[in-house]
Amino acid sequence: MPANLLDEPEIGAEKKEFHWTLNFGPQHPATHTTLRLVLELDGERIVKATPDIGYLHSGFEKLGEHLNFNQYVTIVDRKNYISPPMNEVAWHHAVEKLLDIELTRRCQYIRVIIGELARISDHLLCVGAAALDLGAFTAFLFCFNQRELIYDVYEEMSGYRFHPGYTRVGGVLHDFNDKVINRIRTVLASLPKALSDLEKLVLRNRIFLDRVRGVGVLTKQDAISLCCTGPLARASGVIYDLRKDEPYLAYPDFDFQVPYATEGDSYARFQVRLEEIYQSMSIVKQAIENLPTGPVNVPIAEKFAVPDKGTTYNSMEGLIQHFELIMPNRGLESPVDEVYAAIESPNGELGYYLVADGSQTAWRTRTRPPSFIHFQVFPHIIKDHLIADIVAILGSLNIIAAELDR
Amino acid sequence: MSQFRDNLRVYLAPEQLIPALTSLRDQSGFQLLEVGGVDYLGYPRRDPAKPRFEVHYVLLNPDTHERVILKVGVSEPDPSVPSAVPLWQGANWMEREIFDMYGIRFENHPDLRRILMPEEFAAYPLRKDYPLRGRGERHNFPRLTRNES
Repeated sequence: MPANLLDEPEIGAEKKEFHWTLNFGPQHPATHTTLRLVLELDGERIVKATPDIGYLHSGFEKLGEHLNFNQYVTIVDRKNYISPPMNEVAWHHAVEKLLDIELTRRCQYIRVIIGELARISDHLLCVGAAALDLGAFTAFLFCFNQRELIYDVYEEMSGYRFHPGYTRVGGVLHDFNDKVINRIRTVLASLPKALSDLEKLVLRNRIFLDRVRGVGVLTKQDAISLCCTGPLARASGVIYDLRKDEPYLAYPDFDFQVPYATEGDSYARFQVRLEEIYQSMSIVKQAIENLPTGPVNVPIAEKFAVPDKGTTYNSMEGLIQHFELIMPNRGLESPVDEVYAAIESPNGELGYYLVADGSQTAWRTRTRPPSFIHFQVFPHIIKDHLIADIVAILGSLNIIAAELDR
Repeated sequence: MSQFRDNLRVYLAPEQLIPALTSLRDQSGFQLLEVGGVDYLGYPRRDPAKPRFEVHYVLLNPDTHERVILKVGVSEPDPSVPSAVPLWQGANWMEREIFDMYGIRFENHPDLRRILMPEEFAAYPLRKDYPLRGRGERHNFPRLTRNES
Protein backbone atom coordinates (compact mmCIF):
# COMPACT_ATOMS: atom_id res chain seq x y z
CA MET A 1 0.00 0.00 0.00
CA PRO A 2 1.44 3.43 -0.86
CA ALA A 3 2.27 5.30 2.30
CA ASN A 4 0.04 8.26 1.48
CA LEU A 5 -3.15 6.31 0.81
CA LEU A 6 -4.69 7.03 4.19
CA ASP A 7 -5.22 10.72 4.39
CA GLU A 8 -4.67 10.79 8.15
CA PRO A 9 -1.57 8.72 8.75
CA GLU A 10 -0.65 10.42 12.01
CA ILE A 11 -2.65 8.47 14.54
CA GLY A 12 -1.35 8.60 18.08
CA ALA A 13 1.10 5.78 18.71
CA GLU A 14 -0.67 4.56 21.84
CA LYS A 15 -3.96 4.24 19.94
CA LYS A 16 -2.51 2.80 16.80
CA GLU A 17 -1.55 -0.58 18.22
CA PHE A 18 -5.19 -1.49 18.66
CA HIS A 19 -6.15 -0.55 15.10
CA TRP A 20 -5.44 -2.75 12.19
CA THR A 21 -5.79 -2.23 8.46
CA LEU A 22 -7.69 -4.44 6.10
CA ASN A 23 -7.93 -4.37 2.34
CA PHE A 24 -11.44 -4.92 1.05
CA GLY A 25 -11.18 -5.59 -2.64
CA PRO A 26 -10.18 -4.70 -5.38
CA GLN A 27 -11.46 -8.16 -6.15
CA HIS A 28 -14.12 -9.14 -3.69
CA PRO A 29 -17.36 -10.90 -4.53
CA ALA A 30 -19.44 -8.29 -2.75
CA THR A 31 -18.01 -5.29 -4.57
CA HIS A 32 -19.24 -6.93 -7.81
CA THR A 33 -16.82 -4.80 -9.78
CA THR A 34 -13.35 -3.52 -9.13
CA LEU A 35 -13.13 -1.08 -6.27
CA ARG A 36 -10.96 -1.12 -3.22
CA LEU A 37 -11.53 -0.01 0.35
CA VAL A 38 -8.77 0.39 2.89
CA LEU A 39 -10.40 -0.16 6.23
CA GLU A 40 -9.02 0.85 9.56
CA LEU A 41 -10.52 -1.42 12.14
CA ASP A 42 -10.88 -1.57 15.86
CA GLY A 43 -11.70 -5.22 16.26
CA GLU A 44 -14.53 -5.61 13.81
CA ARG A 45 -15.71 -2.02 14.07
CA ILE A 46 -14.75 0.32 11.23
CA VAL A 47 -12.95 3.42 12.41
CA LYS A 48 -12.19 4.76 8.99
CA ALA A 49 -12.75 3.64 5.43
CA THR A 50 -10.69 5.06 2.58
CA PRO A 51 -11.91 4.20 -0.90
CA ASP A 52 -9.24 3.74 -3.54
CA ILE A 53 -10.75 3.90 -6.99
CA GLY A 54 -9.56 4.16 -10.58
CA TYR A 55 -8.98 0.50 -11.36
CA LEU A 56 -11.42 0.64 -14.26
CA HIS A 57 -10.47 4.08 -15.55
CA SER A 58 -10.63 3.83 -19.33
CA GLY A 59 -10.56 7.45 -20.44
CA PHE A 60 -14.17 7.59 -21.63
CA GLU A 61 -14.22 11.38 -21.42
CA LYS A 62 -11.05 11.67 -23.50
CA LEU A 63 -12.56 9.31 -26.08
CA GLY A 64 -15.60 11.57 -26.24
CA GLU A 65 -13.38 14.32 -27.60
CA HIS A 66 -12.40 12.12 -30.55
CA LEU A 67 -15.62 10.33 -31.49
CA ASN A 68 -18.55 12.06 -33.08
CA PHE A 69 -21.96 12.47 -31.48
CA ASN A 70 -23.32 9.25 -32.96
CA GLN A 71 -20.21 7.15 -32.41
CA TYR A 72 -19.89 8.09 -28.75
CA VAL A 73 -23.17 6.34 -27.96
CA THR A 74 -21.30 3.02 -27.92
CA ILE A 75 -19.02 4.40 -25.20
CA VAL A 76 -21.75 5.84 -22.98
CA ASP A 77 -23.43 2.42 -23.06
CA ARG A 78 -20.45 1.07 -21.21
CA LYS A 79 -20.55 3.58 -18.39
CA ASN A 80 -23.48 2.32 -16.40
CA TYR A 81 -23.71 -1.06 -18.08
CA ILE A 82 -26.60 -2.10 -15.82
CA SER A 83 -28.92 0.34 -17.59
CA PRO A 84 -27.30 1.24 -20.93
CA PRO A 85 -30.34 2.80 -22.68
CA MET A 86 -30.58 5.42 -19.93
CA ASN A 87 -27.03 6.55 -20.68
CA GLU A 88 -27.86 6.79 -24.37
CA VAL A 89 -30.95 8.83 -23.66
CA ALA A 90 -28.91 11.14 -21.41
CA TRP A 91 -26.13 11.59 -23.95
CA HIS A 92 -28.40 12.36 -26.87
CA HIS A 93 -30.56 14.53 -24.66
CA ALA A 94 -27.51 16.74 -24.16
CA VAL A 95 -26.57 16.67 -27.85
CA GLU A 96 -30.10 17.54 -28.91
CA LYS A 97 -30.24 20.38 -26.45
CA LEU A 98 -26.99 21.70 -27.91
CA LEU A 99 -28.23 21.40 -31.50
CA ASP A 100 -31.75 22.54 -30.56
CA ILE A 101 -33.51 19.52 -32.05
CA GLU A 102 -37.18 18.96 -31.26
CA LEU A 103 -37.81 15.21 -31.29
CA THR A 104 -40.94 13.68 -32.77
CA ARG A 105 -43.63 12.54 -30.32
CA ARG A 106 -43.10 8.91 -31.20
CA CYS A 107 -39.37 9.16 -30.57
CA GLN A 108 -39.96 10.83 -27.21
CA TYR A 109 -42.29 8.01 -26.19
CA ILE A 110 -39.84 5.37 -27.38
CA ARG A 111 -37.06 6.97 -25.38
CA VAL A 112 -39.26 7.09 -22.30
CA ILE A 113 -40.04 3.40 -22.74
CA ILE A 114 -36.44 2.27 -23.13
CA GLY A 115 -35.37 4.54 -20.30
CA GLU A 116 -37.97 3.19 -17.92
CA LEU A 117 -37.20 -0.40 -18.89
CA ALA A 118 -33.58 0.40 -18.09
CA ARG A 119 -34.63 1.82 -14.73
CA ILE A 120 -36.59 -1.34 -13.95
CA SER A 121 -33.65 -3.56 -14.84
CA ASP A 122 -31.22 -1.39 -12.87
CA HIS A 123 -33.35 -1.45 -9.74
CA LEU A 124 -33.98 -5.18 -10.11
CA LEU A 125 -30.26 -5.81 -10.23
CA CYS A 126 -29.58 -3.50 -7.32
CA VAL A 127 -32.17 -5.14 -5.08
CA GLY A 128 -31.38 -8.64 -6.30
CA ALA A 129 -27.62 -8.37 -5.97
CA ALA A 130 -27.93 -6.83 -2.53
CA ALA A 131 -30.14 -9.72 -1.50
CA LEU A 132 -27.55 -12.10 -2.95
CA ASP A 133 -24.78 -10.52 -0.90
CA LEU A 134 -26.90 -10.83 2.21
CA GLY A 135 -27.54 -14.49 1.53
CA ALA A 136 -30.83 -14.54 -0.36
CA PHE A 137 -29.81 -16.27 -3.56
CA THR A 138 -33.32 -17.04 -4.78
CA ALA A 139 -34.35 -13.40 -4.79
CA PHE A 140 -31.39 -12.63 -7.03
CA LEU A 141 -32.46 -15.30 -9.51
CA PHE A 142 -36.03 -13.99 -9.60
CA CYS A 143 -34.68 -10.55 -10.46
CA PHE A 144 -32.28 -11.82 -13.08
CA ASN A 145 -35.03 -13.78 -14.74
CA GLN A 146 -36.91 -10.53 -15.31
CA ARG A 147 -33.76 -8.79 -16.54
CA GLU A 148 -33.46 -11.51 -19.19
CA LEU A 149 -36.89 -10.55 -20.50
CA ILE A 150 -35.80 -6.92 -20.67
CA TYR A 151 -32.66 -7.95 -22.55
CA ASP A 152 -34.96 -9.71 -25.00
CA VAL A 153 -36.64 -6.35 -25.64
CA TYR A 154 -33.26 -4.71 -26.28
CA GLU A 155 -32.33 -7.53 -28.62
CA GLU A 156 -35.50 -7.23 -30.60
CA MET A 157 -35.34 -3.45 -30.92
CA SER A 158 -31.66 -3.00 -31.75
CA GLY A 159 -30.04 -6.37 -32.37
CA TYR A 160 -27.82 -6.23 -29.29
CA ARG A 161 -28.70 -7.64 -25.92
CA PHE A 162 -26.33 -5.92 -23.57
CA HIS A 163 -25.24 -2.62 -25.11
CA PRO A 164 -27.98 -1.67 -27.53
CA GLY A 165 -26.49 1.57 -28.88
CA TYR A 166 -30.03 2.39 -29.89
CA THR A 167 -30.43 6.16 -29.92
CA ARG A 168 -29.13 8.48 -32.61
CA VAL A 169 -28.98 12.25 -32.93
CA GLY A 170 -32.55 13.21 -33.75
CA GLY A 171 -34.05 9.78 -33.40
CA VAL A 172 -33.36 6.11 -32.87
CA LEU A 173 -31.72 3.32 -34.85
CA HIS A 174 -34.88 1.47 -35.90
CA ASP A 175 -38.50 2.18 -35.20
CA PHE A 176 -40.35 -0.12 -32.76
CA ASN A 177 -42.15 -2.95 -34.54
CA ASP A 178 -44.91 -5.21 -33.27
CA LYS A 179 -42.46 -7.82 -32.01
CA VAL A 180 -40.77 -5.28 -29.75
CA ILE A 181 -44.10 -4.16 -28.38
CA ASN A 182 -45.11 -7.76 -27.72
CA ARG A 183 -41.87 -8.36 -25.87
CA ILE A 184 -42.50 -5.28 -23.75
CA ARG A 185 -45.99 -6.55 -22.98
CA THR A 186 -44.43 -9.87 -21.91
CA VAL A 187 -42.18 -8.00 -19.48
CA LEU A 188 -45.10 -6.03 -18.08
CA ALA A 189 -47.20 -9.17 -17.70
CA SER A 190 -44.58 -11.16 -15.82
CA LEU A 191 -43.16 -8.39 -13.60
CA PRO A 192 -45.95 -8.21 -10.96
CA LYS A 193 -45.62 -11.90 -10.13
CA ALA A 194 -41.84 -11.68 -9.90
CA LEU A 195 -42.00 -8.56 -7.73
CA SER A 196 -44.50 -10.10 -5.37
CA ASP A 197 -42.28 -13.19 -5.09
CA LEU A 198 -39.30 -10.95 -4.44
CA GLU A 199 -41.08 -8.97 -1.78
CA LYS A 200 -42.30 -12.08 -0.02
CA LEU A 201 -38.78 -13.43 0.02
CA VAL A 202 -36.98 -10.27 1.06
CA LEU A 203 -39.20 -7.80 2.86
CA ARG A 204 -40.48 -10.33 5.42
CA ASN A 205 -37.14 -12.04 5.79
CA ARG A 206 -35.91 -11.55 9.34
CA ILE A 207 -32.23 -11.94 8.41
CA PHE A 208 -32.46 -9.44 5.57
CA LEU A 209 -34.38 -6.92 7.65
CA ASP A 210 -31.99 -7.15 10.58
CA ARG A 211 -29.06 -6.50 8.30
CA VAL A 212 -30.44 -3.49 6.45
CA ARG A 213 -32.77 -1.72 8.87
CA GLY A 214 -31.10 1.19 10.62
CA VAL A 215 -27.82 0.45 8.84
CA GLY A 216 -25.98 3.18 6.97
CA VAL A 217 -28.20 6.10 7.87
CA LEU A 218 -27.71 9.12 5.61
CA THR A 219 -29.37 12.21 7.06
CA LYS A 220 -31.13 14.75 4.88
CA GLN A 221 -28.51 17.37 5.72
CA ASP A 222 -25.66 15.08 4.70
CA ALA A 223 -27.45 14.07 1.52
CA ILE A 224 -27.58 17.72 0.45
CA SER A 225 -24.03 18.44 1.54
CA LEU A 226 -22.73 15.40 -0.36
CA CYS A 227 -24.54 16.37 -3.59
CA CYS A 228 -26.69 13.21 -3.59
CA THR A 229 -29.50 12.80 -6.09
CA GLY A 230 -31.87 10.07 -7.18
CA PRO A 231 -33.16 7.21 -5.00
CA LEU A 232 -30.32 7.71 -2.54
CA ALA A 233 -31.40 11.29 -1.81
CA ARG A 234 -35.11 10.47 -1.96
CA ALA A 235 -34.64 7.76 0.68
CA SER A 236 -33.23 10.50 2.92
CA GLY A 237 -36.10 12.89 2.34
CA VAL A 238 -34.61 15.08 -0.42
CA ILE A 239 -37.53 14.85 -2.81
CA TYR A 240 -36.40 15.94 -6.22
CA ASP A 241 -37.03 14.04 -9.41
CA LEU A 242 -36.10 15.57 -12.75
CA ARG A 243 -38.93 13.69 -14.44
CA LYS A 244 -41.44 15.57 -12.31
CA ASP A 245 -39.66 18.80 -11.46
CA GLU A 246 -37.90 19.64 -14.71
CA PRO A 247 -39.79 17.46 -17.19
CA TYR A 248 -38.00 16.40 -20.34
CA LEU A 249 -39.04 14.12 -23.22
CA ALA A 250 -42.69 13.13 -22.83
CA TYR A 251 -42.80 12.81 -19.05
CA PRO A 252 -45.51 15.45 -18.52
CA ASP A 253 -47.93 13.10 -20.34
CA PHE A 254 -47.68 10.34 -17.77
CA ASP A 255 -49.28 9.89 -14.42
CA PHE A 256 -46.80 8.65 -11.83
CA GLN A 257 -45.68 9.26 -8.27
CA VAL A 258 -42.24 10.01 -6.87
CA PRO A 259 -41.68 7.60 -3.99
CA TYR A 260 -39.62 8.79 -1.06
CA ALA A 261 -38.73 7.89 2.49
CA THR A 262 -37.31 9.84 5.38
CA GLU A 263 -35.36 7.19 7.32
CA GLY A 264 -32.29 7.28 5.08
CA ASP A 265 -31.10 3.77 5.94
CA SER A 266 -30.34 0.91 3.57
CA TYR A 267 -33.84 -0.47 4.02
CA ALA A 268 -35.39 2.85 2.95
CA ARG A 269 -33.23 2.86 -0.16
CA PHE A 270 -34.45 -0.63 -1.07
CA GLN A 271 -38.04 0.39 -0.47
CA VAL A 272 -37.71 3.48 -2.66
CA ARG A 273 -36.15 1.41 -5.44
CA LEU A 274 -38.86 -1.25 -5.25
CA GLU A 275 -41.58 1.37 -5.35
CA GLU A 276 -39.91 3.06 -8.33
CA ILE A 277 -40.12 -0.22 -10.23
CA TYR A 278 -43.92 -0.10 -9.86
CA GLN A 279 -44.01 3.54 -10.99
CA SER A 280 -41.81 2.76 -14.01
CA MET A 281 -44.06 -0.15 -14.92
CA SER A 282 -47.01 2.20 -14.87
CA ILE A 283 -45.18 4.70 -17.11
CA VAL A 284 -44.20 1.99 -19.62
CA LYS A 285 -47.79 0.71 -19.63
CA GLN A 286 -49.19 4.18 -20.33
CA ALA A 287 -46.57 4.83 -23.02
CA ILE A 288 -47.21 1.52 -24.80
CA GLU A 289 -50.96 2.06 -24.80
CA ASN A 290 -50.67 5.62 -26.15
CA LEU A 291 -47.65 5.22 -28.43
CA PRO A 292 -48.12 7.92 -31.10
CA THR A 293 -47.91 6.98 -34.75
CA GLY A 294 -45.93 8.89 -37.32
CA PRO A 295 -42.24 9.21 -38.10
CA VAL A 296 -39.70 8.35 -35.43
CA ASN A 297 -36.75 10.41 -36.64
CA VAL A 298 -36.72 14.14 -37.20
CA PRO A 299 -37.41 15.05 -40.86
CA ILE A 300 -34.58 14.50 -43.27
CA ALA A 301 -34.68 18.17 -44.28
CA GLU A 302 -33.33 19.14 -40.86
CA LYS A 303 -30.09 17.33 -41.68
CA PHE A 304 -29.54 15.81 -38.25
CA ALA A 305 -30.72 12.23 -38.29
CA VAL A 306 -28.95 9.43 -40.12
CA PRO A 307 -31.57 8.11 -42.57
CA ASP A 308 -32.59 4.46 -42.41
CA LYS A 309 -31.25 2.02 -44.96
CA GLY A 310 -34.40 2.00 -47.09
CA THR A 311 -34.26 5.76 -47.57
CA THR A 312 -30.50 5.68 -48.17
CA TYR A 313 -30.72 3.08 -50.93
CA ASN A 314 -33.93 4.23 -52.58
CA SER A 315 -33.91 8.01 -52.56
CA MET A 316 -31.45 10.66 -53.63
CA GLU A 317 -32.04 12.85 -50.57
CA GLY A 318 -31.42 9.91 -48.27
CA LEU A 319 -28.19 9.01 -50.03
CA ILE A 320 -26.91 12.59 -49.89
CA GLN A 321 -27.86 12.91 -46.23
CA HIS A 322 -26.18 9.62 -45.37
CA PHE A 323 -23.02 10.67 -47.22
CA GLU A 324 -22.98 14.08 -45.56
CA LEU A 325 -23.29 12.64 -42.08
CA ILE A 326 -20.97 9.67 -42.44
CA MET A 327 -18.01 11.24 -44.28
CA PRO A 328 -15.50 12.39 -41.67
CA ASN A 329 -14.76 15.74 -43.31
CA ARG A 330 -18.44 16.71 -43.45
CA GLY A 331 -21.01 15.92 -40.82
CA LEU A 332 -23.42 18.14 -38.97
CA GLU A 333 -22.60 21.57 -37.71
CA SER A 334 -22.85 22.47 -34.06
CA PRO A 335 -22.83 25.87 -32.39
CA VAL A 336 -19.56 26.97 -30.81
CA ASP A 337 -21.05 26.92 -27.35
CA GLU A 338 -21.58 24.72 -24.33
CA VAL A 339 -24.55 23.24 -22.56
CA TYR A 340 -25.34 21.26 -19.41
CA ALA A 341 -28.22 18.83 -19.74
CA ALA A 342 -29.29 16.17 -17.28
CA ILE A 343 -31.85 13.42 -16.96
CA GLU A 344 -33.03 11.29 -14.07
CA SER A 345 -31.11 8.04 -14.37
CA PRO A 346 -31.81 5.04 -12.10
CA ASN A 347 -28.97 6.19 -9.84
CA GLY A 348 -29.68 9.90 -9.82
CA GLU A 349 -28.99 12.90 -11.96
CA LEU A 350 -26.94 11.86 -14.99
CA GLY A 351 -25.78 15.00 -16.71
CA TYR A 352 -23.43 15.96 -19.50
CA TYR A 353 -21.51 19.19 -19.70
CA LEU A 354 -21.01 19.30 -23.42
CA VAL A 355 -18.68 21.83 -25.07
CA ALA A 356 -18.91 21.95 -28.86
CA ASP A 357 -16.43 23.54 -31.26
CA GLY A 358 -18.61 23.72 -34.36
CA SER A 359 -17.89 20.22 -35.63
CA GLN A 360 -19.75 16.96 -35.03
CA THR A 361 -17.19 15.92 -32.42
CA ALA A 362 -17.46 17.33 -28.94
CA TRP A 363 -14.69 19.48 -27.50
CA ARG A 364 -15.37 18.20 -24.00
CA THR A 365 -17.84 15.65 -22.70
CA ARG A 366 -17.88 16.01 -18.96
CA THR A 367 -20.16 13.43 -17.35
CA ARG A 368 -21.81 13.91 -14.00
CA PRO A 369 -21.66 10.28 -12.97
CA PRO A 370 -24.03 9.52 -10.08
CA SER A 371 -22.01 6.49 -8.92
CA PHE A 372 -18.87 8.61 -8.53
CA ILE A 373 -20.65 11.19 -6.44
CA HIS A 374 -22.56 8.64 -4.40
CA PHE A 375 -19.49 6.63 -3.53
CA GLN A 376 -18.18 9.62 -1.58
CA VAL A 377 -21.06 9.01 0.81
CA PHE A 378 -19.72 5.61 1.73
CA PRO A 379 -16.83 6.61 4.07
CA HIS A 380 -19.25 8.92 5.91
CA ILE A 381 -22.00 6.42 6.58
CA ILE A 382 -19.83 3.35 7.19
CA LYS A 383 -18.23 4.81 10.31
CA ASP A 384 -18.79 2.73 13.46
CA HIS A 385 -20.44 -0.09 11.56
CA LEU A 386 -19.17 -3.65 11.40
CA ILE A 387 -17.40 -5.29 8.46
CA ALA A 388 -20.54 -7.25 7.63
CA ASP A 389 -22.45 -4.00 7.12
CA ILE A 390 -20.17 -2.95 4.26
CA VAL A 391 -21.98 -5.39 2.02
CA ALA A 392 -25.41 -4.13 3.03
CA ILE A 393 -24.44 -0.50 2.47
CA LEU A 394 -22.53 -0.99 -0.78
CA GLY A 395 -25.46 -2.94 -2.15
CA SER A 396 -27.91 -0.18 -1.32
CA LEU A 397 -25.75 2.57 -2.86
CA ASN A 398 -25.66 0.71 -6.19
CA ILE A 399 -22.10 1.63 -7.15
CA ILE A 400 -21.29 0.70 -10.75
CA ALA A 401 -17.51 0.77 -11.03
CA ALA A 402 -17.45 1.38 -14.79
CA GLU A 403 -19.39 4.59 -14.20
CA LEU A 404 -17.39 5.35 -11.06
CA ASP A 405 -14.04 5.28 -12.88
CA ARG A 406 -15.12 5.92 -16.46
CA MET B 1 -23.03 36.48 -17.72
CA SER B 2 -24.39 34.66 -20.74
CA GLN B 3 -27.31 32.46 -21.69
CA PHE B 4 -27.47 29.51 -24.06
CA ARG B 5 -30.65 27.41 -24.40
CA ASP B 6 -31.87 27.22 -20.80
CA ASN B 7 -28.40 27.45 -19.24
CA LEU B 8 -27.59 30.62 -17.36
CA ARG B 9 -23.84 31.04 -17.03
CA VAL B 10 -22.04 33.49 -14.78
CA TYR B 11 -18.32 34.10 -15.26
CA LEU B 12 -16.37 34.88 -12.11
CA ALA B 13 -12.82 35.58 -11.04
CA PRO B 14 -11.36 32.94 -8.68
CA GLU B 15 -11.51 35.25 -5.66
CA GLN B 16 -15.24 35.92 -6.23
CA LEU B 17 -16.13 32.23 -6.24
CA ILE B 18 -16.48 31.47 -2.54
CA PRO B 19 -18.55 34.60 -1.73
CA ALA B 20 -20.82 33.81 -4.67
CA LEU B 21 -21.26 30.14 -3.69
CA THR B 22 -21.85 31.07 -0.06
CA SER B 23 -24.52 33.61 -0.84
CA LEU B 24 -26.22 31.32 -3.35
CA ARG B 25 -26.31 28.57 -0.74
CA ASP B 26 -27.29 30.56 2.32
CA GLN B 27 -29.55 33.23 0.88
CA SER B 28 -31.11 31.54 -2.14
CA GLY B 29 -31.09 27.87 -1.15
CA PHE B 30 -29.03 26.54 -4.03
CA GLN B 31 -27.42 23.10 -3.94
CA LEU B 32 -24.26 22.04 -5.69
CA LEU B 33 -24.69 19.31 -8.26
CA GLU B 34 -21.60 19.21 -10.40
CA VAL B 35 -18.05 20.48 -10.61
CA GLY B 36 -16.06 19.94 -13.76
CA GLY B 37 -13.24 21.36 -15.80
CA VAL B 38 -12.66 22.25 -19.44
CA ASP B 39 -9.40 22.95 -21.28
CA TYR B 40 -9.83 25.56 -24.03
CA LEU B 41 -6.34 25.29 -25.57
CA GLY B 42 -6.89 25.88 -29.29
CA TYR B 43 -10.66 26.31 -29.00
CA PRO B 44 -11.97 27.99 -32.15
CA ARG B 45 -12.73 31.73 -32.04
CA ARG B 46 -11.50 32.04 -28.48
CA ASP B 47 -9.98 35.31 -27.33
CA PRO B 48 -6.31 34.51 -26.56
CA ALA B 49 -6.46 36.78 -23.53
CA LYS B 50 -9.01 34.49 -21.89
CA PRO B 51 -7.75 31.89 -19.43
CA ARG B 52 -6.88 28.44 -20.67
CA PHE B 53 -8.96 26.43 -18.18
CA GLU B 54 -12.43 26.94 -16.86
CA VAL B 55 -13.98 25.18 -13.88
CA HIS B 56 -17.76 25.05 -13.83
CA TYR B 57 -20.12 24.65 -10.89
CA VAL B 58 -23.69 23.60 -11.64
CA LEU B 59 -26.10 24.68 -8.91
CA LEU B 60 -29.75 23.86 -8.51
CA ASN B 61 -32.46 25.44 -6.46
CA PRO B 62 -34.88 22.58 -5.67
CA ASP B 63 -37.72 24.90 -4.68
CA THR B 64 -37.81 27.13 -7.74
CA HIS B 65 -36.20 24.57 -10.12
CA GLU B 66 -33.70 27.20 -11.22
CA ARG B 67 -30.24 26.27 -12.33
CA VAL B 68 -27.19 28.44 -12.55
CA ILE B 69 -23.70 27.61 -13.81
CA LEU B 70 -20.77 29.46 -12.31
CA LYS B 71 -17.63 29.48 -14.42
CA VAL B 72 -14.19 30.34 -13.11
CA GLY B 73 -11.30 30.82 -15.50
CA VAL B 74 -7.71 30.02 -14.52
CA SER B 75 -4.46 30.08 -16.46
CA GLU B 76 -1.08 28.48 -16.35
CA PRO B 77 1.55 28.34 -14.94
CA ASP B 78 -0.15 27.79 -11.60
CA PRO B 79 -3.89 27.26 -12.12
CA SER B 80 -5.55 27.47 -8.76
CA VAL B 81 -9.15 27.87 -7.57
CA PRO B 82 -10.47 28.07 -3.99
CA SER B 83 -12.03 24.81 -2.88
CA ALA B 84 -15.78 24.46 -2.36
CA VAL B 85 -15.40 21.57 0.09
CA PRO B 86 -16.03 23.76 3.18
CA LEU B 87 -19.45 24.56 1.68
CA TRP B 88 -20.35 21.19 0.17
CA GLN B 89 -18.48 18.04 1.09
CA GLY B 90 -19.63 16.52 -2.18
CA ALA B 91 -17.22 18.75 -4.07
CA ASN B 92 -14.33 16.79 -2.61
CA TRP B 93 -13.94 14.02 -5.16
CA MET B 94 -15.05 16.14 -8.10
CA GLU B 95 -12.29 18.64 -7.35
CA ARG B 96 -9.82 15.82 -6.92
CA GLU B 97 -10.81 14.55 -10.34
CA ILE B 98 -10.20 17.97 -11.90
CA PHE B 99 -6.81 18.10 -10.19
CA ASP B 100 -6.08 14.63 -11.52
CA MET B 101 -7.15 15.37 -15.08
CA TYR B 102 -6.09 19.01 -15.54
CA GLY B 103 -3.62 19.81 -12.77
CA ILE B 104 -5.77 22.64 -11.41
CA ARG B 105 -5.04 23.06 -7.71
CA PHE B 106 -7.81 23.72 -5.19
CA GLU B 107 -6.75 25.86 -2.25
CA ASN B 108 -7.82 24.61 1.17
CA HIS B 109 -8.84 21.25 -0.21
CA PRO B 110 -8.55 18.73 2.63
CA ASP B 111 -7.13 15.89 0.60
CA LEU B 112 -5.89 16.88 -2.85
CA ARG B 113 -4.50 13.68 -4.35
CA ARG B 114 -4.96 11.93 -7.67
CA ILE B 115 -8.14 9.92 -7.70
CA LEU B 116 -8.52 7.99 -10.95
CA MET B 117 -4.97 7.88 -12.30
CA PRO B 118 -2.19 6.11 -10.36
CA GLU B 119 -0.07 8.19 -7.98
CA GLU B 120 3.04 7.71 -10.16
CA PHE B 121 1.36 9.21 -13.21
CA ALA B 122 3.13 12.42 -14.17
CA ALA B 123 0.90 14.02 -16.83
CA TYR B 124 -2.62 15.46 -16.81
CA PRO B 125 -4.50 13.30 -19.29
CA LEU B 126 -7.51 15.45 -20.17
CA ARG B 127 -5.44 18.46 -21.19
CA LYS B 128 -5.68 19.11 -24.89
CA ASP B 129 -1.92 18.79 -25.40
CA TYR B 130 -1.96 15.25 -24.04
CA PRO B 131 -2.35 12.72 -26.87
CA LEU B 132 -5.28 10.32 -27.00
CA ARG B 133 -3.02 7.27 -27.02
CA GLY B 134 -0.88 8.52 -24.17
CA ARG B 135 2.87 8.97 -24.05
CA GLY B 136 3.75 5.33 -23.59
CA GLU B 137 2.91 5.19 -19.89
CA ARG B 138 0.95 2.03 -20.29
CA HIS B 139 3.60 0.47 -22.50
CA ASN B 140 6.40 1.29 -20.07
CA PHE B 141 4.50 0.46 -16.90
CA PRO B 142 6.72 -1.61 -14.59
CA ARG B 143 5.53 -5.17 -14.68
CA LEU B 144 6.24 -7.86 -12.13
CA THR B 145 6.72 -11.36 -13.43
CA ARG B 146 6.26 -14.46 -11.35
CA ASN B 147 10.03 -15.05 -11.19
CA GLU B 148 10.82 -11.57 -9.93
CA SER B 149 8.16 -11.42 -7.26
